[in-house]
Amino acid sequence: MSIALEDVYKPSEDVVAREIEGEIIIVPLVAGIGDMEDELFTLNDTGKAIWDKLDGQRSLADVVTALSPKFAAEDGTIQRDVLALVAALVARKLLTRA
Amino acid sequence: MSGYVIRRKVGEQPLWQHGSPLLGRLDIELTERCDNDCVHCCICLPEHDEDARRREMSTAELQAVLTQAAALGALSVRFTGGEPLIRDDFEELYLFARRLGLKVMLFTNARGVTPEIADLLARVPPLELVEVSVYGMSAQTCESATRCRGSYEEFRRGVELLLERGVRFVVKGALLPGLAGEVAEFEAWAATLPAMDKPPGYSMFFDLRGRREGGGSAAEPPAVGCDVERRNETIRRARLSPADGVRFLTRDRERYLKDMREFCSKFMRPPGDKLFSCGAGHGACVDAYGAVQACLPLRAPQTTVSLRGGSGGGGEGGSAAEPPAAASAAFDTARLRYALTEAFPRLRETRATNPEYLRRCAVCFLKGLCEQCPAKSWAESGTLDTPVEYLCEVAHEQARDLRLLEPGERAWEIEDWKVRVERI
Ligand code: SF4
Repeated sequence: MSIALEDVYKPSEDVVAREIEGEIIIVPLVAGIGDMEDELFTLNDTGKAIWDKLDGQRSLADVVTALSPKFAAEDGTIQRDVLALVAALVARKLLTRA
Repeated sequence: MSGYVIRRKVGEQPLWQHGSPLLGRLDIELTERCDNDCVHCCICLPEHDEDARRREMSTAELQAVLTQAAALGALSVRFTGGEPLIRDDFEELYLFARRLGLKVMLFTNARGVTPEIADLLARVPPLELVEVSVYGMSAQTCESATRCRGSYEEFRRGVELLLERGVRFVVKGALLPGLAGEVAEFEAWAATLPAMDKPPGYSMFFDLRGRREGGGSAAEPPAVGCDVERRNETIRRARLSPADGVRFLTRDRERYLKDMREFCSKFMRPPGDKLFSCGAGHGACVDAYGAVQACLPLRAPQTTVSLRGGSGGGGEGGSAAEPPAAASAAFDTARLRYALTEAFPRLRETRATNPEYLRRCAVCFLKGLCEQCPAKSWAESGTLDTPVEYLCEVAHEQARDLRLLEPGERAWEIEDWKVRVERI
């Protein structure tokens, strides 16, 4: 599935995302995501910053723009990060198109 | 850049970079009632005990407790009992917990596993292994323990449903005379279960009743004598002798010695007069009536904090650990935080005053090996600091087997214990 910058994404209803002690912990809710005991998903710092913006309202392009002041990186780098994270989250069924 | 999403196995990698949450896991006894009436049980009340049912936390109260546990950072919750599946609202509570992002650990005898419950556990996986207690591999041995006709068939049906739906579970045996004669059969069967990656564990040195009042059952009706004393007598009869217990523990001698070498070097030393050297109070448990306990078996009212305010949650009167706001009778889950941040840290500082404890346990190097603890002391004698003679004998039997003690020696009198521990 191709991911385009104009697409809008939101956390899947099949997972519960919790913020505990500053960490985003994504807990699968239904079968087929991470059924083994003791398995959870967390995000690295970049992932967390992007996840916070994936609210089902902003397009991915808006997410890139919103993150630009925070990260002193070229636009291209942030865009690559956003697209790669979204692809990874969609592949794991943690994110769906809004 | 890669590795934005990290799949983690809790416990294998540190999850927290900025300090761990106040609560890791909350244990909740959904009920003390059970559809079995096991001879060795330190908790169970009859399934249809209306008084117990009335006093239990309501669905809304349990949901408030779960919400508070999640707010305190808990990643998982353990549903235990009694038998959690006999609550009519089990499915509702299970889903509620999972929707909060909590993993659910379920302890059950599997009799109440219906197709609907098995489907639910398959569709919304608990993300923790279900733990099923096993009392026998035939109707005769199982029901001599459970004292309920039909319980074996229902247990097998429940287990089959879990297997059919692919719900991952482990089994644990209660080493009563019935199952003790079927260990080979039990372990061979356990080895066929998909989630069993090691031999099953056993409960064997059974605790006396955790509450010092009430507790009659169909097999031991309350009308006759003191219920607790009658049930305790039955438990004492179900206990293995220390020699038989040690024979069972050492049946795979090589593995036992390897484990013990590691264990003894880490944990064997006299504890001094501080009563809590275990993990009690670092986490929390909530009993069926809303009393927060420092650990599951520790029912002593002076050690608990009631979520209901007023007098003790466990049904045995008031609690010395009550927060100042306890006068209000409202159910207040903020007391869970109070227990974790104030009452339990204070409780953990408790020191023994019983001269017998100070003469023996406080200076006994077997303390790491011995199961004596404030909870067991409370169940046996009503104080937090009394040596438990049965467990004392078990620990001495084990120590003699490991050549830590010579026949006739008492562990609290040994001065060269360090040398002996090193020699294992
Ligand atoms: S072995 Fe006996 S004396 Fe030693 S800790 Fe256990 S109960 Fe106390």
